[in-house]
Amino acid sequence: MERSTVLIAVFAALIAALGLVPKFTLAFGVPITAQSLGIMLCGTVLGAKRGGAAALLFVVLTLAGLPLLAGGRGGLGLLSGPSVGFIIGFPIAAFVTGWVMERLQTNVLTSSFIASFIGGIIALYIPGVIGMALLLDKTLVAAFGLVSAFVIGDLVKVVICGFVTQAIYRAQPDKVLSRA
Amino acid sequence: MLTLTAPQKTVFHKISAGQKLLSLCVVSSALFQIESLTVLACLTFAVIALYLSQGLSFAKFGVHMLWPLWPFVLIIVLYHGITNDLAAGGEIIMRMLIAVALANLVTMTTPLNDMIDVLMRLLRPLNWIGISTKPVALTIALFIRFIPTLIERGITMNAALRARSTGKSGWRIIVPLTLSVLNDAEHVANALRARGGVRTNEEG
Repeated sequence: MERSTVLIAVFAALIAALGLVPKFTLAFGVPITAQSLGIMLCGTVLGAKRGGAAALLFVVLTLAGLPLLAGGRGGLGLLSGPSVGFIIGFPIAAFVTGWVMERLQTNVLTSSFIASFIGGIIALYIPGVIGMALLLDKTLVAAFGLVSAFVIGDLVKVVICGFVTQAIYRAQPDKVLSRA
Repeated sequence: MLTLTAPQKTVFHKISAGQKLLSLCVVSSALFQIESLTVLACLTFAVIALYLSQGLSFAKFGVHMLWPLWPFVLIIVLYHGITNDLAAGGEIIMRMLIAVALANLVTMTTPLNDMIDVLMRLLRPLNWIGISTKPVALTIALFIRFIPTLIERGITMNAALRARSTGKSGWRIIVPLTLSVLNDAEHVANALRARGGVRTNEEG
């Protein structure tokens, strides 16, 4: 009980801290931060329930008024803005990543790649694109076109997430709870 | 830490957080039913007046809070400029700006503690079916406590990395940062357990 409570809290704080890691810019000018990498790591390291809870805690407190979203954004306005689907998608993405991770039998590296791709990209972009299409009154295809540039950054993060999870598993295998 | 609440005291500070959130829900849902351009334009002016009524510096802070939306405004203007349907574009932009501005108004005038109180009140029905909300309160407190700690640690690790590397690959700190976080969690969990643990029953 204590362990889960604390892990959820510190991983939510890790998502916040990763939003501030100096962002690196891709070749054609799309900035990416490590925030969504934090969401993926919640799933691959903590598993579905704890990982989802950590991402949910992060989202709820950000909406309540902590400026923790990359770029110092936060507050209730996020729910009325075009990124609403991505905000709501964060806990879903972490949960799905963890759920897939817990069920895969392959090694940690391969499992993390697959899990963070399905959770961190597919499960995140579905609500994200739907939200954007509704708020901007555009078709789903047009809304996806608007965010497609960010998919490349997220693919990079899937790769990083795989190697980071593997490194953590090598250092302290008992800490990767999705595999415990 | 930085907050999104306005430094000025406004009349909106006096309204309870619950009332503000409830009215925001009602107004936002109603807003998405409005399709008349004239009504939306009137509402836009009403929102601007609402902000200005609390002073120029408050209104400036409000504009600052809306600023991250500019890429979307630009995209909509370009899209509807090309399709020659600027009226529809104006409707989308005004509706979005009004909705976000009103939500920001609640965020800017409600202290975080009041928001968390509302959240805990909303969770209270869980107590009735035997699920304690006390671990939730503890998790929120731990989370808020850990944010500045981890940000600071990230900055320190980044500085250490830069001191010994010529590259700019900031992602290299993610493994040590995550491992340190996992170890912290273990220590804090042990400390909590040594002090009686997380009570899940109501008497605790």
